[in-house]
Amino acid sequence: MALVLAPEVPLRDWLEDLDAVSERSPGFFAGRPIIVDVSSLKPSKSELKFLLAALRMRDIRIIGLEGAAAACVDPDMPAPVNGGKPAGEIDVPDAAQAAMAAVAPFQHAAAPEKSLLIEGSVRSGQSILHPDGDVTVLGSVASGAEIVAGGSIHVYGTLRGRAIAGCTGNGRARIFCRKFEAELIAVDGLYKTADDLGTKFHGQAIQVNLDGDTIILKTMD
Amino acid sequence: MAKVLVVTSGKGGVGKTTSSAALGAALAQNGQKVVVIDFDVGLRNLDLVMGAERRVVFDLINVVQGDAKLNQALIRDKRLENLSLLPASQTRDKDALTDEGVARVLTELREKFDWIICDSPAGIERGATMAMRHADVAVVVTNPEVSSVRDSDRIIGLLDSKTEKAEKGDRMEKHLLLTRYDPARAERGEMLKVEDVLEILSIPLIGIIPESEEVLRASNVGSPVTLNNPASAPGRAYFDAARRLKGETVELTIPTERRGLFGKLFGRRAA
Repeated sequence: MALVLAPEVPLRDWLEDLDAVSERSPGFFAGRPIIVDVSSLKPSKSELKFLLAALRMRDIRIIGLEGAAAACVDPDMPAPVNGGKPAGEIDVPDAAQAAMAAVAPFQHAAAPEKSLLIEGSVRSGQSILHPDGDVTVLGSVASGAEIVAGGSIHVYGTLRGRAIAGCTGNGRARIFCRKFEAELIAVDGLYKTADDLGTKFHGQAIQVNLDGDTIILKTMD
Repeated sequence: MAKVLVVTSGKGGVGKTTSSAALGAALAQNGQKVVVIDFDVGLRNLDLVMGAERRVVFDLINVVQGDAKLNQALIRDKRLENLSLLPASQTRDKDALTDEGVARVLTELREKFDWIICDSPAGIERGATMAMRHADVAVVVTNPEVSSVRDSDRIIGLLDSKTEKAEKGDRMEKHLLLTRYDPARAERGEMLKVEDVLEILSIPLIGIIPESEEVLRASNVGSPVTLNNPASAPGRAYFDAARRLKGETVELTIPTERRGLFGKLFGRRAA
C-alpha cells in the first residue's frame, strides 16, 4: 500500500496546502511509501524537476513517479510506476481540507476488526498501540500513559492519561470512560488537551465523538 | 548570547527539577527569556512542577525525531510570558535522544532564548550525558549528605570529560547549589557543613537553599517556589542564585524563614 500525491495547478497553492497538512499533523508523510501521480499535471522536464525538489525540501521521500512522459524522466528521478489501483482517500486530520490532495492508498489491506482487552490498569509511561481496532481497559489509564487505537477506546476505570482513537483515519471512533480526568483526547488526528477542556467534565462518565471537525464531549448519565 | 545551563547531580531526589523550575522562573522574572527543558525522558516531572501538565501535546522526543516543530512543543508559562517549557516524553526512554537531534534543538533554541536550562535526569547514563553534553554552564545540585556529595563529585568528573566543551579543551563553568540545608542540624553535626561540602567538591558556591516546607507546597500546586512565594526563604535564596548566575555579585547568606509573632515568642522562651 502506498500513498499517492496528485499535484494540481497552480502548483504553488497545492504546495501551500501540503504544508498545511504537515503543519497540522507532523510526521504524516514520514516513513510512508509515497508515489507522485503527475498525470493531471503533465509537467515539462524542468517543472517536474522543480516539483521533485520542492518535495525533497519538505522531507517527503518519493518511491515512484506515475504518469510522467518518458522523455521527462531522468535516471536519478524516482522509478516510473503504473497500474496501481486506487483504494479511496486517506483522511487528513482536517476533513475540510481533505479533498485538496488526492492522497489515496493503492490497495486497501482489509484489516480484520479486532479488539484488544486489557484486564488491569495502564501505568504511567506505558503506550498501548493497537491500530487494528478497539481497545478496552478494565482498569485505569494513568497520567503519562497513552492508548492509541485504530477504533474506539473504552476505559472502565479513570482515564488520566492520553486516549487517541481512530488513529488510522477513522472519524467514527469514540472514547468512553467511567471517570474522565484525561490529559489529552484525540479522534482521527483532532485533539484537545486537558487545558482546552476546562474542568466541566472532570470526574464524570463521558463519551467523546467527532462531529465534523469538532470534538464533542457528552456525559453518559 | 544565549547560555545553555545544565542542572545536574548524579543522585536522585536532591532537587534538580525543583531548582530548574525555580531558577528558570527567577531568571524570567528578571526579564530574561528562559526555556526549561525536561531531559528525564520516561520519568518526566518538570511539567507537573511548572503546572503545565494539562497542556502537553508534543514533547522533546517529537522534536528531536522531527515529528513536530519546536514551536508546537514549546509551552509558554501562563504566569510569566518569557518563560517556556519543553516537556519530556513519558512513554519513551532515553535511547530516543540522539546527539544530533539534541544539538539541533539546542541550536534552534539558542536563537530564541537568553537561557536554556536543561533539567537532567538522575544517574550518569544517556539522559544525563545528553543533558550536559552541549552545556556552557553547569549547576551541580547537592544535599549536605555524604552520598549526594560523592555522586556530585562523579558528575563533576563527567562535566570535565564528556561534554562538548571539555572535549574541545575548554573549561566548563561549574557552580554548586546546596539544597535542603538546615543550619541548626549542620551545627549539631547531623548534616555536612557548607565548608565540608565545598572542600570535597571545590567548585564555587552559587547558593544555599534552606530546607523548607515551602518547596513541597510549591511543587504540589504546580508553581516554581520563586513564583509561588518569592518572599519565602527558599524563594529568596533562588533569586540570589539566579542573580549570581547572571554575573552579579550578591553576598552569600542563608536565608531563614521570617518567624511570626508566636514563633518569636516561642523561640525566645526555648532559648
